[in-house]
Amino acid sequence: MKSEKLKAALILQDGTVFHGNGFGASAISQGELVFNTSMTGYQEALTDPSYGGQILLMTYPLIGNYGINDTDFESKKIHPQGFVVRSCSFDAEHRTCSSYLDDFLKQNNTPGIYGIDTRQIVRRIRNHGVVPSAIATYTDTLDIEKIKKDLESFDYSGVDFVKNACVKKPQVYGKGRKIVLIDYGAKMGIVRELVTRNCEVHVLPATSSAEEVSSLEPEGIMLSNGPGDPAVPTYAHKTIAELGGSCPIFAICLGHQLIAHAYGGSTKKLKFGHRGSNHAVIDILTQKISITTQNHGFAVDKIPDGFDLSHINLNDKTVEGMCNKNKAILSVQYHPEAAPGPHDSKYLFDEFLKMI
Amino acid sequence: MKVLVIGSGPIVIGQSAEFDYSGTQACKALRGEGHVVVLVNSNPATIQTDKETADIIYIEPLTAPVLEKIIETEKPDALVATVGGQTGLNISMQLEKSGVLKKHNVKFLGTDANSIEVAESREKFNNLMKEIGIPILPGKVVSSFEQAKQFADTIGYPLIIRPSFTLGGTGGGTANNAKELEQILEYAFRLSATGEALVEQSALGWGEFEYEVIRDSDGNSQIICNMENIDPMGVHTGESIVVAPSQTLSDADHQVLRNAALKIVDAVGIKGGCNVQFSMNQDTGEFIVIEINPRLSRSSALASKATGYPIAQVATKIALGKKLSDIKNAITGTSASFEPALDYCVIKIPRWPFDKFPKTSRVIGTQMKSTGEVMAIGRTFQEAVNKAIRCLEIKIPKINPDEHLNPATDLRLFAILESFRHGRQVEELYEITKINKWFLRRFEEMVKLEKQLQKNFTKDLLLEAKQSGFSDLQIGSFIGKDELEIRNLRKSYNILPTYKIVDSCAGEFEALTPYYYSVYEGENEAIPIKEKSVIVIGAGPIRIGQGIEFDYCCSHAAFALRELGYKSIMINNNPETVSTDFDSSDRLYFEPLTFEDVMNIVENESPEGVIVQLGGQTSINIADALSKAGAKILGTSIDGIDLAEDRDRFAKLMIELGIPQPENGIAYCESDALIIAAKIGYPVVVRPSYVIAGRAMEIVYNGAELRRYVKEAVELTEKKPILIDKYLDNAIECEVDAISDGKNVFIGGIMEHIEPAGIHSGDANIALPSMRLSDNEKQIITDYTEKIAHGLSIVGLVNIQFVAKEGVIYILEANPRASRTVPFVSKTTDIPLAKLAVHMMVGKPLPNLDPKLNHYAVKSVVFPFLKLIGTDIKLGPEMRSTGETMGIGKTFEMAYFKALLAAGVSLDHDKPAAFISLNDSDKEKVPELAGLLKNLGFKIYGTIGTVGSIEGAITVPKIGRGTPNALELIESGIVNLVINTPTKGGLSHTDGFKMRRASIQNGIPCITSINTVFELLKAIHILRESELELRPFDQYSK
Repeated sequence: MKSEKLKAALILQDGTVFHGNGFGASAISQGELVFNTSMTGYQEALTDPSYGGQILLMTYPLIGNYGINDTDFESKKIHPQGFVVRSCSFDAEHRTCSSYLDDFLKQNNTPGIYGIDTRQIVRRIRNHGVVPSAIATYTDTLDIEKIKKDLESFDYSGVDFVKNACVKKPQVYGKGRKIVLIDYGAKMGIVRELVTRNCEVHVLPATSSAEEVSSLEPEGIMLSNGPGDPAVPTYAHKTIAELGGSCPIFAICLGHQLIAHAYGGSTKKLKFGHRGSNHAVIDILTQKISITTQNHGFAVDKIPDGFDLSHINLNDKTVEGMCNKNKAILSVQYHPEAAPGPHDSKYLFDEFLKMI
Repeated sequence: MKVLVIGSGPIVIGQSAEFDYSGTQACKALRGEGHVVVLVNSNPATIQTDKETADIIYIEPLTAPVLEKIIETEKPDALVATVGGQTGLNISMQLEKSGVLKKHNVKFLGTDANSIEVAESREKFNNLMKEIGIPILPGKVVSSFEQAKQFADTIGYPLIIRPSFTLGGTGGGTANNAKELEQILEYAFRLSATGEALVEQSALGWGEFEYEVIRDSDGNSQIICNMENIDPMGVHTGESIVVAPSQTLSDADHQVLRNAALKIVDAVGIKGGCNVQFSMNQDTGEFIVIEINPRLSRSSALASKATGYPIAQVATKIALGKKLSDIKNAITGTSASFEPALDYCVIKIPRWPFDKFPKTSRVIGTQMKSTGEVMAIGRTFQEAVNKAIRCLEIKIPKINPDEHLNPATDLRLFAILESFRHGRQVEELYEITKINKWFLRRFEEMVKLEKQLQKNFTKDLLLEAKQSGFSDLQIGSFIGKDELEIRNLRKSYNILPTYKIVDSCAGEFEALTPYYYSVYEGENEAIPIKEKSVIVIGAGPIRIGQGIEFDYCCSHAAFALRELGYKSIMINNNPETVSTDFDSSDRLYFEPLTFEDVMNIVENESPEGVIVQLGGQTSINIADALSKAGAKILGTSIDGIDLAEDRDRFAKLMIELGIPQPENGIAYCESDALIIAAKIGYPVVVRPSYVIAGRAMEIVYNGAELRRYVKEAVELTEKKPILIDKYLDNAIECEVDAISDGKNVFIGGIMEHIEPAGIHSGDANIALPSMRLSDNEKQIITDYTEKIAHGLSIVGLVNIQFVAKEGVIYILEANPRASRTVPFVSKTTDIPLAKLAVHMMVGKPLPNLDPKLNHYAVKSVVFPFLKLIGTDIKLGPEMRSTGETMGIGKTFEMAYFKALLAAGVSLDHDKPAAFISLNDSDKEKVPELAGLLKNLGFKIYGTIGTVGSIEGAITVPKIGRGTPNALELIESGIVNLVINTPTKGGLSHTDGFKMRRASIQNGIPCITSINTVFELLKAIHILRESELELRPFDQYSK
């Protein structure tokens, strides 16, 4: 049950410190502090590899109510460096509940903080952008000055988070049409959607070469989501550029941004990104609106030549999707596999398989 | 385009202020797009019937024939059917089915008639659900008991019965056996518009969830809010405590229901807003759809206020053909196409009228009994719950928890807390209530914190208590300190509230028109308004005696302040209302209306002053404490308020001013009371001091009744005396709404009650101008009003009640605040009293005013008797009506007839037949009454004692003494009007009581005042040959 007198602090690079109660593991870690506005789906978010290198704050204040279950995993472990909530439920009630949030964080050696004004932090991020931060849980005393000092030199702009997030060896799921999923930190949701559509999914490491992919003779290639700056993993740009035109490609989130880089486009860092389950995206061709799950800190700001803008964000008009008819490439910035979030755009998996 | 908008009429249980809010939003949206709005509503206390809201306004009865005539005159191009509740929807469907709309080429805007038909018809809806693969409970639409019985034999009990096309679950119920099934069905068939009812398997104990959906005509749809009923299935969603967003659904569960909601709304073809109700068995994950509302609803109002998303405005724009992607979110300026994200927790608790109806069962179930609701916001569940409890403004009685847990009553939440206090366990309470254990644990934590505070009071615990929403008063009560001691202690610890913004996006974007709620953490987002500002204290939940009229006045205050160059700051907690709309005031605080909560805001904002006159008794009651704590009360001073409210001081003032009062006295104990009553002479009116809407007020006729009253009805103590007044019988009661700037007094109107004195003014039919008062009497009333206004130093509004008897005018009481007749008088005379009062309160002089009164207006009332089984419908000094209607005409008769028609009194029958049963004192009027009835073609029935001497009358035996008797005549529909004046005393086993209940349950008008019926019959007689007069309301005065 409730951790005994675990204290916690959240320290921002600008020196702001929030003191609260700790839960989860007793640990100190650093990361880019980001917020997610989904009101459900904390288990999926915690296990989403795209949060690698980040500290995740949930804007919904009551987290943990339905516990942790055995199915809603997007990967095998927790990826954020820390978890920030207004209140953590130390009991839970759900037919699928097999453990509690607190225990789950402990098992994954992830520190959590609760009992602080999370909204104040969100407003700060909104106004000043995402911020490098540290989260520390402790029982006695904490050397905050040291943490602050460590933060000063903290720089993750050139870090390749992808290599850590992806599989180390190829893995195969399902039976049917052969699809290669290049894993930059893929959510299991992508695999699930393909498998339910009768695909044999070969998950390959992010560093796989075009030859390695082609040698499997896939009917289609999927480029997954993943953490970090899309400009960093240049090996991925190369592979993607070489694969274009070999068979239909469908890319999600980081995969979509990598395509931009591979074909001469570019990305920019957003002030505080899009993280939530409520973003409206319009399909330019059909004018159909989907409410989408999003989790990205970068966006495509220059679409490569030969590509058409296919989807835009209704709110800030950022690029949400591109397509290249000649090369049979389809890419979206958001998460059609949902988990957590709305299922409105799952149809994209069908479209992709139709292209094959 | 000219667009007809149909309102929802008087406030009734199940249909409250939310439709003024949604209708007003719709009008604003329509006019914003350049359309001309024709609005029809019979309720004068609505913002939508203000000249500023719509272009052409009819304050006329909401019946299909009336609407047909208005359509003939106005020739609208289109109609909005979905903003006037079930009333507006049903009338629109009648007009569609009878071909009126087609004939006049009026098209449905938004969700069309076919879609509405599918959504409302159980059979069609269930068939559609089967087609698209959405699970429903096994059920059958039946029109006879035999059909239902057959179904029951295959499915088993319990079964849920729902009549088709009714409001708030009226006539529904749960049957546990064949006998109950037969009883409920008999009632249900009678109330159903189609004579059909749905009999369904029960999902008792499953979780209940609601999804508010918006869909545009391109088929783009989104969820605005999902809500979870804390009370599981078996309690009507309108009767449930509701939390938003859902707390116990995983994302996977939520997406299952979200997908289903979108699929349903798409299949039905909604263009606008829709509410979808689900039930989920949380042990297995299986779910069913219960029903949908293809219109704006109470839930959509709640969802709108809970999220900040203006559902009514967006739905109206969609009805006009706009796409979601083209509409802007008025709160953030970003696109309206998104699903709101909350970073707080919202609790709704219904407000029930059982304090007014002590004899009715407090059990809540599938039929609505609540009149209103409160909404509270917190960052923790407990904080929201505790604040919501405070918003209710109820005294929580000492209860035996076991009497309230199952079946649930209005007090179940308190019974649960009490059970935890007694050490009962979550598991045990779950077995009894089936309330999700996550909620039960939170309630248990509330009690644990209580106990900790009692045991070891520390600064940290105090902060925790405040973050859990406990009030200073509550915390004080745990440790034997008073509210102010805790307040001061708290301040000395620097434990102060901060305010957070409701912005629809969890802080992701900046909010342009925010509203606020209090918390005890971190950053204060409510930076005080720099310009000069004024706080308006709202009226809280709609309840009997404090209804929409007060919200109307508060909204007007906000509008007036804007005109006067002040920033208006509204404090209220009623999610249904216009006053809590995001653009009604410059700043809105969604907060309880206690001294603590209001004073905190005063201290945060430092306004020029606080307006306490418009929020009914709620705001008046905290005025003194606010003033003592340093708030500046605008308008009539605290001393003036006290002078009016303190009977002793007021009585002395009246003597000084030479204004006669009915003989009266104050009793502090039973023997006092008996002595005073004997001295004054029976009958006397008795009531507790400081009351709202005559609560526990009675007329007693002898010492025995007085003793019973003192024993049963009130808590009579040294601190809480009762007031005893001489009851003036056979007198005319009249009242005045006036405004004053402290020097000059303007009388909005002298109104006359059609019923004799002794019936609460809120329940009386009221005429303006007065019909029976002489010019001399009116002059005296005018003089007295001026004297009293000066005597009380009124600045702003005052309502004074008088009785005229044999040329003498007696003062009954003066209320130094807005009354429920202010909107009625303002609409009749075209003088905005509440707005002007606000002008006076900020120091403006009374302008020259010229009321136009070349016409007549009558205010009539509606009662909740149909919903509250077991209550007697006879009227008395205790107010029991929920809402009001207005009739206007060039003649009094026309106005009166229309007011009653709007209130549902319809005497339009092929074979008119009346049953007369009068008490002894009215019996002498039988011949005159019979004459009037015969002239109108009525057959007359009665017992030999009443109608024996009337030629042509049919005499029948008393109830239980033969057949056919009154009950059988009423139930068989032979009689279609019952005139019954009750005998004195509160007995519920009399024949009269049975007759009155029977007529209510059979939907037959039952009139219990002889004056009402005389005036009505005269009006019908005069109007017999003339057409119903219908015109825009501002045309009557010309």
